[in-house]
Amino acid sequence: MVYLAAEHFVRSPQWLWYILFYFFFAGLAGGSYAVATLLRLSGEARDEPAARIGFYVSLVATVLCPILLTADLGVSWTRFWHMLVDVTPGETGINFKYWSPMSVGAWGLLVFGFFAFVSAAEAWLSDRRGSPLVPPFLNRVFNVVGAVLGIFIASYTGVLLSVSNQPVWSDTWSLGGLFLASGLSGATALIGLLMRYRPEAAFSLARLHQAAGYFSALELALIIVFFVTVGAAGTLPRVLPWLALWALAVAGVAAGLVGARGHMRVMMAGGSAALARVRLDTVVVSLLVLVGVLALRAAVIFSAQ
Amino acid sequence: MPTIKAGEEYGFFTDTSVCIGCKACEVACKEWNQLEGNNPTFLADSFDNTGDLDAQNWRHVKFIEHVPDQSATTGDGTAWLMMSDVCKHCKHASCMEVCPTGAIIRTEFNTVFIQQDVCNGCRNCIAACPYGVIGMNQQTGTAHKCTLCYDRLQGGLEPACAKACPTQSIQFGPLADLQQAADVRLATLHSQGQTQAQLYGRDDKVYGGLNAFFLLMDKPETYGLPNADNAKLPSRNDLGGYVGAAITAVLAIVGGLIAFRRRGMG
Repeated sequence: MVYLAAEHFVRSPQWLWYILFYFFFAGLAGGSYAVATLLRLSGEARDEPAARIGFYVSLVATVLCPILLTADLGVSWTRFWHMLVDVTPGETGINFKYWSPMSVGAWGLLVFGFFAFVSAAEAWLSDRRGSPLVPPFLNRVFNVVGAVLGIFIASYTGVLLSVSNQPVWSDTWSLGGLFLASGLSGATALIGLLMRYRPEAAFSLARLHQAAGYFSALELALIIVFFVTVGAAGTLPRVLPWLALWALAVAGVAAGLVGARGHMRVMMAGGSAALARVRLDTVVVSLLVLVGVLALRAAVIFSAQ
Repeated sequence: MPTIKAGEEYGFFTDTSVCIGCKACEVACKEWNQLEGNNPTFLADSFDNTGDLDAQNWRHVKFIEHVPDQSATTGDGTAWLMMSDVCKHCKHASCMEVCPTGAIIRTEFNTVFIQQDVCNGCRNCIAACPYGVIGMNQQTGTAHKCTLCYDRLQGGLEPACAKACPTQSIQFGPLADLQQAADVRLATLHSQGQTQAQLYGRDDKVYGGLNAFFLLMDKPETYGLPNADNAKLPSRNDLGGYVGAAITAVLAIVGGLIAFRRRGMG
């Protein structure tokens, strides 16, 4: 019988497809809210349409998250609320363990859901009225709090994996940051992709790609940190069978970087002739980035299992 | 067998030096706990066909087979190692640490128990248990493992596996008594020249001490047990994980603010 590194004699939790897509949508939900908030904080009124796309995306992705998590519970799905309430006979009460990312995450998702809903509703009502529903200052304060929660939602899934005794996952501290950077890249890609349905949002496109470039650079740095830390722990052989997924993830990062570079050139040239090409590029780049976001999570999740 | 009282610490001392691999403990466990068992399979890599601890196997006699390629003659063969593995009922239990529902509790006998009516099948405990003890029962959708026969203890009976063990490899009793017995047995083995014999989980070096501890005839890794250097709690990564995420968040926000800053574009 062959044993791997001494630290890891664990069983796999079999967190597979539901969890993969939960991680994907959690990254997009939190990332979109954060990006939308940053757009609003720019103080540029013409960024507002793009910001509202971000809040809509965030709500839709957030709604999918608890559905996927509940489905993952299988036949115990009716007990999803046990994450929040301890039903131990005689000791019934609120469940909150700050040292267990799954416990904190369950509460985080609930509270963030409230922020995502209110912000999307505010965006929708403002769209219908044709003018902002809430004074900008109040809106921004609310959005900043929501963005902090969004950043948590996009990143805690990586920390949750690390806070285990699984090979690969527990061998690196980089997963929280990696999932956050990737979620932000994916969010900018998705908002950029959806701009085609809201032409007035196109004003923000080039700067969105620029932000995606920064997020992709961060992601690339953290992928390197991931491989270095996992390599140092001796569990790299578990990652190697999933190199095809890693290649897709890196392709997504590269697309984000190349897209940012291309749009910065267009910005500097300031020419409208390149606009049609830019929009075509956006579709290709955005799709590549989104596939990369999914592939990254799949590579990480499957490496340990 | 002393009277079993709530409020006292109980556990198992498994002496692998006298285990004969009969698997009576596995059978007794299944019978008492009404575990159907997995479908019979032929693993073909060992004389052991149980495989692993899981939702249907709460006791598992591991066979560690150092069978030499060459025929062994008297004195140069390597004996098989056998070990009846079980939940360790750790003082600092990884499963209990991460469980988000509060389903995993410490009982009045200081054992670790999964409340079936509270568990919701999230499987975080499976990802955390460093011994691969916990498995999912697909029928109930909950996590299962050895209960140290909680129901038998409440009725004043010793666990089924210990009761059935024909060689006293599995001993049950108050933890202090077991530790004393283990020290005596270790000294005896050492005096007989079995210097590789060692206790695992007897002291607090592994997860604060194990209520189900072992006498091993080789190093822990040989038996699929993390050694003291590698026995770590999942929460060790809380700080690093969150700090890494926080630093990333700060850098990302700075990047976003730079990208989205107002700059008079037409």
